[in-house]
Amino acid sequence: MIKLQLTNDNKFWGYRRPDGKVGVRNHVLILPTITCATQAAKQITELVHGTVSFIHQHGCAQVGIDYEQTFRTYVGMGANPNVYGVVVLGLGCETHQARSVAGELAKTNKPVEVVSIQDHGGTLTAIAEGAKIAARMVQEASAQTRELCDISELIIGTECGGSDACSGISANPAVGAVSDMIIEHGGTAILAETTELIGAEHLLAERAVDDRVAKKAYQVIKAMENRSIQMGVDIRTGNPSPGNIRGGLSTLEEKSLGAANKAGSKQLQEVIDYAESPTKKGLVWMDTPGHDIEQLTGMVAGGAQVVLFTTGRGTPTGSPIAPVIKISTNTGIYEKMSENIDLNAGTIIEGKESIESVGTRIFEEIAKVSSGKLTKAEVLKQHDFGIWRIGPTF
Amino acid sequence: MSKSVYEQDITSIVMSDNDNVATLLKGLEAGESFLYVLNGQKEVLTAKQSIPFGHKISIKSIQRSEMVVKYGEVIGAATADIEPGEHVHVHNIEGIRGRGDKAEGGQK
Repeated sequence: MIKLQLTNDNKFWGYRRPDGKVGVRNHVLILPTITCATQAAKQITELVHGTVSFIHQHGCAQVGIDYEQTFRTYVGMGANPNVYGVVVLGLGCETHQARSVAGELAKTNKPVEVVSIQDHGGTLTAIAEGAKIAARMVQEASAQTRELCDISELIIGTECGGSDACSGISANPAVGAVSDMIIEHGGTAILAETTELIGAEHLLAERAVDDRVAKKAYQVIKAMENRSIQMGVDIRTGNPSPGNIRGGLSTLEEKSLGAANKAGSKQLQEVIDYAESPTKKGLVWMDTPGHDIEQLTGMVAGGAQVVLFTTGRGTPTGSPIAPVIKISTNTGIYEKMSENIDLNAGTIIEGKESIESVGTRIFEEIAKVSSGKLTKAEVLKQHDFGIWRIGPTF
Repeated sequence: MSKSVYEQDITSIVMSDNDNVATLLKGLEAGESFLYVLNGQKEVLTAKQSIPFGHKISIKSIQRSEMVVKYGEVIGAATADIEPGEHVHVHNIEGIRGRGDKAEGGQK
């Protein structure tokens, strides 16, 4: 097991929410529950400083578990403690009713209001109404001050995207070291991307806290693998991706064994569904696809305040509400895409730095970012959002 | 699973002593030698063709259908005989998992 030396007092400056949770940002979220409302939501963010939103294609003609998963994702985005208050923006006739989402969000006791394009008499009126509410919320939010919070209150999402053969040698083991460290200090780390754990599931199941958790680990892997088998295709036609293959990854199993390193060495406490909030502290596996944006969205909707994202090929990925700290697996891509990548773990394979040392740098960056330092993806307004759809549209 | 510190003069990494491939830390030209550590011993082999940075090179003879091992775990199966020093990639290994194409009715 890797032991890291602490260089600070394990505290950061965060925003305490009415439900007791701690945010690292203080956003007002304009939350469109239907694709028809996303353009109006975007207009509001252009009018009102301090607001964020996201574009998507969902919220109508969805049924069953697919409806529920999308609904849970909307609610999770609003409930994330990085969000001060929410304007839920609907059209009016959609299956994912803005009022239902707002009703769930009200349980957090944060400011939540609903605007409906149909009820308010059109796009311009709805934009004006939403902007007025948002402007009030932003000013209230700005009056809230940060307070000293413990690292144990953080849920850290871990992710790898645009992986190369260095991912499993440098950046992912360094993130694993950070995951261990967060957990040792009472916090939570989310491991996800079930697709990219195919071939490594036995290593994680061995670390499950009990048989039930081990069984669920095998179940989610089998379900993911069966989706490609039922389609009659080699999963390698989609994962590893062409860029992964150019980076030296030959099979999904190879990519998975490298990806699993992000989980560090701690016991696996639970396996949760997409966009669900962890019910336990420690290492948690969220069942998500390998698709970077869908995975990121699931973890943030599950309550992750900060995300660590390793990359060998380079990627701009960011979230509208959670800072994403980008960590390169090799020095070449760090230098080539320095405008997108925050930290470099390529020094590990150059023999210049140990995994522990890079882990310590990442840990210190988490404390800084949680206290307000902007990541490069935030500065570039990289507001990615994508829901893992698990059923057809009707 | 991983070693914590790597030596500076090593040009490739073998993740586990059970592995039959190494990962290159620099691109190699055909005929160029590379250094790796196996069972605590430094070993030298020659690349049979040019191989890019980050890609795998065989450090043992691998027979067709034999398991390819990295991180001490199976990463796939050889689709051809592979000599030590050969590039190991999608042209000579395949994944075993998620193979709907090999299932009944699959798109071969």
